[in-house]
Amino acid sequence: MITITINGKSIAANPGETILQAARRNGVEIPALCLMMEDRPIGSCGLCVVKILREDRTSYVRACTTKVEDGMLIETHPPEIEEARKTILELLAEEHEVGGELQALLDRYGINVERREVIREEWPENPFIFFNPKACISCFRCVQTCGEIKENHVLVRRGRGARIEIVAGVNDSLKDAGCAFCGACIDACPTGALIEKTAIRAKGPLKKVTTICPYCGVGCAIDYFVQGNRIVYARGNPEGVNRGDDCLKGRFGWEFVHSEERLKRPLIKRDGKFVEVSWDEALDYVAQRLREIREKYGADSIAGLSSAKCTNEENYLFQKFMRTVIGTNNVDHCARLCHASTVVGLFKVFGSGAMTNSIEDLMTSEVFFVIGSNTTHAHPVIGTLIKRAVKRGAKLIVADPRNIELARYATIHLRHRPGTDVALINGMMHVIVKYRLADYKFVEERTEGFEKLKEVVEKYTPERVERITGVPRDDIIRAAILYATHRSAIIYAMGITQHTSGTANVASLANLALLTGNVGKEGSGVNPLRGQNNVQGAGDMGALPNLLPGYVRLDAPYADEIERIWGTKIPREPGLTVVEMMHAALKGKIKAMYIMGENPAVSDPDRSRVIESLKNLEFLVVQDLFLSETAQLADVVLPAASSLEKEGTFTNTERRVQLLRRVIEPVGEAKPDWWIITQLANRMGASWSYGSPKDIFEEIRKVVPQYRGITYKRIEKLGIQWPCTDEEHPGTPILHVDRFPTPTGLARFAPYEYKPPAEESDEEYPYILTTGRTYEHFHTGTLTRKMEGFNELMPEAFVEISSDDAEKLGIKNGDCVVVESRRGAIRVKAKISKIKKGVVFIPFHFAESAANTLTLDALDPEAKIPELKVAAVRLKRC
Amino acid sequence: MMLLRDAKTLDAYVSSGGFSSLKKALRMKQSEVIKEISVSGLVGRGGAEFPTGLKMKFVAQNLSTPKYVIANADEGEPGTFKDRVLMERNPYQILEGMIIAAYAVGARKGFFYIRHEYRKIAREIEKEIDELYSEGYLGSNILGSKFSFDIELVIGAGSYVCGEETALMESIEGKRGFPRIKPPYPAQRGLWGKPTLINNVETLANLPLIIELGSKRYTELGTHLCPGPKLFSVSGFVKNPGVYEEILGKITVRELIERAGGAEGNLKAIMIGGGAAGYIVDKSFLSMPLCYHHARERGIFLGTGDIIVLNDEVNLWKVLLQIAKFFEHESCGQCFPCRYGTKRMRELIEKILRGEGKRRDIERLDAIANALKIASLCPLGSSAALAYESAMEYHRDELMEVIS
Ligand SMILES: Cc1cc2nc3c(=O)[nH]c(=O)nc-3n(C[C@H](O)[C@H](O)[C@H](O)COP(=O)(O)O)c2cc1C
Ligand code: SF4
Ligand code: SF4
Ligand code: SF4
Ligand code: FES
Repeated sequence: MITITINGKSIAANPGETILQAARRNGVEIPALCLMMEDRPIGSCGLCVVKILREDRTSYVRACTTKVEDGMLIETHPPEIEEARKTILELLAEEHEVGGELQALLDRYGINVERREVIREEWPENPFIFFNPKACISCFRCVQTCGEIKENHVLVRRGRGARIEIVAGVNDSLKDAGCAFCGACIDACPTGALIEKTAIRAKGPLKKVTTICPYCGVGCAIDYFVQGNRIVYARGNPEGVNRGDDCLKGRFGWEFVHSEERLKRPLIKRDGKFVEVSWDEALDYVAQRLREIREKYGADSIAGLSSAKCTNEENYLFQKFMRTVIGTNNVDHCARLCHASTVVGLFKVFGSGAMTNSIEDLMTSEVFFVIGSNTTHAHPVIGTLIKRAVKRGAKLIVADPRNIELARYATIHLRHRPGTDVALINGMMHVIVKYRLADYKFVEERTEGFEKLKEVVEKYTPERVERITGVPRDDIIRAAILYATHRSAIIYAMGITQHTSGTANVASLANLALLTGNVGKEGSGVNPLRGQNNVQGAGDMGALPNLLPGYVRLDAPYADEIERIWGTKIPREPGLTVVEMMHAALKGKIKAMYIMGENPAVSDPDRSRVIESLKNLEFLVVQDLFLSETAQLADVVLPAASSLEKEGTFTNTERRVQLLRRVIEPVGEAKPDWWIITQLANRMGASWSYGSPKDIFEEIRKVVPQYRGITYKRIEKLGIQWPCTDEEHPGTPILHVDRFPTPTGLARFAPYEYKPPAEESDEEYPYILTTGRTYEHFHTGTLTRKMEGFNELMPEAFVEISSDDAEKLGIKNGDCVVVESRRGAIRVKAKISKIKKGVVFIPFHFAESAANTLTLDALDPEAKIPELKVAAVRLKRC
Repeated sequence: MMLLRDAKTLDAYVSSGGFSSLKKALRMKQSEVIKEISVSGLVGRGGAEFPTGLKMKFVAQNLSTPKYVIANADEGEPGTFKDRVLMERNPYQILEGMIIAAYAVGARKGFFYIRHEYRKIAREIEKEIDELYSEGYLGSNILGSKFSFDIELVIGAGSYVCGEETALMESIEGKRGFPRIKPPYPAQRGLWGKPTLINNVETLANLPLIIELGSKRYTELGTHLCPGPKLFSVSGFVKNPGVYEEILGKITVRELIERAGGAEGNLKAIMIGGGAAGYIVDKSFLSMPLCYHHARERGIFLGTGDIIVLNDEVNLWKVLLQIAKFFEHESCGQCFPCRYGTKRMRELIEKILRGEGKRRDIERLDAIANALKIASLCPLGSSAALAYESAMEYHRDELMEVIS
């Protein structure tokens, strides 16, 4: 502690703090307009200047940047400084329109001057952010946020002197400059120069409701600002897992709830046309048809698709409905298409199929190994976290055939051929074993099966792996050494899972982590990033054909306990997975389907066949927000409430169970899914009495051991990470710290040999197609494509192709191209990029040029996940 | 002449004793070199008048590495041309000083930052640096010692503010030349965040002198308050404008003007310090000895050593307008007081020159000058107030004549 004197009062100050911090702590208010973060002063406004008295001279310094020194004599409000502050504020008010924080300062200093008309350049149009150049005082808060905090580096300063201004990069339009539309600059702006377009006209008080973002698995807490039954704007909540961050979808992606196209009343198809009916009529009809089909063909002729977009409570009810009311295990959800192999692969090695570490914990990693994840696009908040960590000195290995944004931050970029992940990872393990870089103590004490692994990876010399993957041998060695010698975290997503070798890929990553002791420790682990907001929860709740809630096997003793709690029998034969259901429907074995919040007609592989299958059904019920491509094929469509219109819980990618709050009332007659399921169940003979999601959650706690200690009350502020075994348990940020949840407590190496993908390029189809997501859209676009702004940013599908290949085919940027596989053909625009030669990429959000027309439904033998990431195609100009 | 001696070739420089100081310094301990310079009383010749020895000590004591040395030859002040003449006539002495400084503070790498407009001189300096490499004065193991040092030449970004030390470092780092907030000072965190010694080229040219003469004899050169030689750029209404080398404290302003042939016309005012960042004073300053100490006692700075003579044909408001325009044009725009203050100052002076000046405008100018001085982020903004404030102090009556 040191002593300083502020305005004659002696004060104890901490060495290292600024004068401003010391003053603020002691209740001395110094105006500070340009300061956002106390530890990163900008220094533009000059309002915080204070006077320092020394023996020989006095000086004026910025309080926001100057550190305290022992014995400092400080005056914060002498007349000449107050005079200077007034002058600065007057100059500002003469030059600019003002609002926000600045207006408050002007009022405080009683400044009332005439504003002169200064012409300033407007920004080119963009869909989301309104910029008023007259109100911009060039304080650079937005520039700091966009660059230093968000690592987006879009906003920059241009010009000099009084003509200095803020522009978007060198290209001038936000979109062209690579704006992520994260909206952080809006939060930073002290004058209202930057504001959401939707908020421009909002007047009067707004109500703030915090809930969980309806998009990806990061599970950001978002504050929604509401007027009447309409959302005005949204921003990241500082207390959530996102710590105030958010992304385009979180911040601007709520407009779909107000879309004109929302379903408002139940629909029944009569003579090929939908007619609006009452809820009673619709529900009675569905119950009656399902009963009839069950009587006629048996319970196993009915299948249900639950949804990773619905709450835990709804998923729980859905599987319970299928199992106990219908009487079949034919229940699955879209995680089959994204992370089934994660669950199987990680289960095999670790005994538990979830992300081992936490989002926050990743900030302590020394090395990130990102494989098969375009993190900045698909999980932007975690992407930003990685970029920040790299800026702070962490190292990054990226394995991806595409030149994804993170590759720019990477120490090593491994561009392997799609489908060769096992070879790549085995190659890294080969190097680690050969150079004795393994954590032998960890291997000895915590694992079994090392000898088997050694035998397998023995054969994967860097030279051989180079031949298989196309990655230079030296890069394989460098990556292996970098990963093995640090506290390293593996991060992966669908680029790993959506393969016929999906389980092998996942297990190999888990092997790699075990081999180097990178499990059960801070900043390490194997971390699958979940696509949908509640993929984790849908699996936890047992929306799976072979597992009950809590991943309980159908033949496990605990299944009897669940029967006891439910008071009914559970069928013990495993049911069909998503793709198997479609095959069975085509064959006429499945006669009816109940689909909640999913759009298999676009999301599933070989979509022409999927559509045929759905058409082949006798009865199809779809429950959704919109008349999706799948709903159009249905006999009955039930309008569901969106997640912003209901309560419940979502479990994010790091196993955190988070509470949803109702932001607005459901539109029209839309109802929450849990209400609809309960109504149907009761119409089919059950007597369920759930009055609210909370009632359902209380039952979940009884059934699912991992959730036992979690209550709505405990997660009001921040969610808890399962396993959480009792109400005193704090939750589990890091899995497997002391033991693995296997019978022996040890992890089990599960080595795999490399197997080529189901389809390889050949003379006829010389290119490898890989598919994925873009930053601007989500899944099949049912939500994002309902919003104008998002369509403006990315109006249509494209095929990414390397410049070499484009030249060979005579294709230019923007040309129309026909992409054709053995299953079908689509037309898309060409986008020439730095993708690996021989590989092309198409996003899968667009029904009119659906990538999944081309993909094949070859399945991973263990997880039954289809190989969406590799298909052989050929290209030609339209 | 100690600074302006003509030694344009390496041979000429060496045969007149050049590089003997470096040899001597390399035999001394680094701390001894710094001590000599501290005792010599040398202060920076780039305008800020900071004691050079102290600055070197700060850099030497900083434990962080690598360290850098920068020679500042950005000379952007209107009316200042002393560095140009020095570089033309005696370039090796600057480079020798730079090598000595690097040895003293423990730097292995130096940058010679020269303004864009001096491209021709820069080409010469580049050749001279190459020569020093081939003769073993630069590079590894200089003159057989364990000390190694490299110099890289950097051409300036072409704006006045880039001469400001932190903006200059941004510019070397490849960014736009926006001044940084100080503290931290360059000695703490300079180029790429590392401890950096930055000196004006004239300052550096003094180092060989100090080592050669020893600090004791060097201090005896001037007065005990203000030792050493100094270059003065004399211009304006004088018969023989040019750069004059004088011993500090030995002559008065009047004597210097006489040495430049005397004033043309009737001397009314003198601008001292810099052509923009300077003071407009009256005849009473003619008797002031040219010495940092005396200047400070009279409330001004010698700065870069510009003396600009103004005669009675000059309209002081017009002079102030030129200066205001210069600052408005050179303001980087980073901070509010300077960005808007310099602009408004120019507008108000224009209004006065149109004959529309009111008392309120003077009050406004006073307020802006106050804000500039107190709240600017870098010294460019604060020095934008100097000319106006000093002119108001010494020529108030004349300036107020046109105000209604
Ligand atoms: C706007 C501005 C321009 C400057 N230009 C120069 C310059 O051209 N040359 C120079 O040596 N110092 C210049 N300085 C001073 C430098 O910031 C710094 O004080 C000097 O290089 C230190 O060297 P010295 O201690 O040897 O004087 C300038 C300062 C300001 C504020
Ligand atoms: S929205 Fe985000 S990325 Fe775009 S300019 Fe603002 S801060 Fe930068
Ligand atoms: S837009 Fe807002 S935050 Fe950005 S510089 Fe202008 S006033 Fe500051
Ligand atoms: S005082 Fe002027 S030149 Fe210096 S930082 Fe501020 S605006 Fe830029
Ligand atoms: S708060 Fe703006 S300069 Fe310190």
